[in-house]
Amino acid sequence: MASRDDIKFLSNPNIGDKRKKYCRFRKYGIKYIDYKDEQFLMQFINEQGKLLPRRITGNSLKYQRKVASAVKRARHLAMLPYVTDNLK
Amino acid sequence: MNQYEITFIVDPVLSGDEIQATAKTYVDTLEEAGCKTVHFDDMGIRSLAYPIKKRTNGAYFCVEFQAANGEIIEKVELSLRRDERIMRFLTVRLDKYGVKYNEDKRNGLIGKKKEESKSEDSEEKGAEAKA
Repeated sequence: MASRDDIKFLSNPNIGDKRKKYCRFRKYGIKYIDYKDEQFLMQFINEQGKLLPRRITGNSLKYQRKVASAVKRARHLAMLPYVTDNLK
Repeated sequence: MNQYEITFIVDPVLSGDEIQATAKTYVDTLEEAGCKTVHFDDMGIRSLAYPIKKRTNGAYFCVEFQAANGEIIEKVELSLRRDERIMRFLTVRLDKYGVKYNEDKRNGLIGKKKEESKSEDSEEKGAEAKA
């Protein structure tokens, strides 16, 4: 008969574990967000071209604000669209 | 002494020389006013994310310069606004991190980083696709 220790890992213990979100700007020491780098900014918008919320990207408030202003500048310069579908 | 950056889009219907000349006039105006041009970047003709004045392409330029005070910005923006060859422009004051970022970018430090991360991404994607 199997002991308790064996039974404990019959199911994958990692299922249901949430990976901790983090602010990539703080983690990697990025201080400036370039509004001309639209490929980078694509990570922070959804396929309609809308800004993703902090609860999804994990950005800290300080850098979320900077991302937001960078995306808005990129939109003004027609590097990113204001409205669209199937961006990604 | 502040560092500024003006990005503008020139109408691509003009010939290549005319586009260059248009961009050059603004660099000259800045230099005449006593600004020190740090960098002049010709980003080339790129497609726009949405049409502006019924154009789908635009020639992008970026001028980075140092100015003693902000008065020159107003003058340059006025002439940009009046110029029909300019489709869009944006002036930004760079903070110390922005200045450093642009310097690093010119020295190729930032592009390299991105290539690495991109290759990592593609590897990850490839692994996912295989799995």
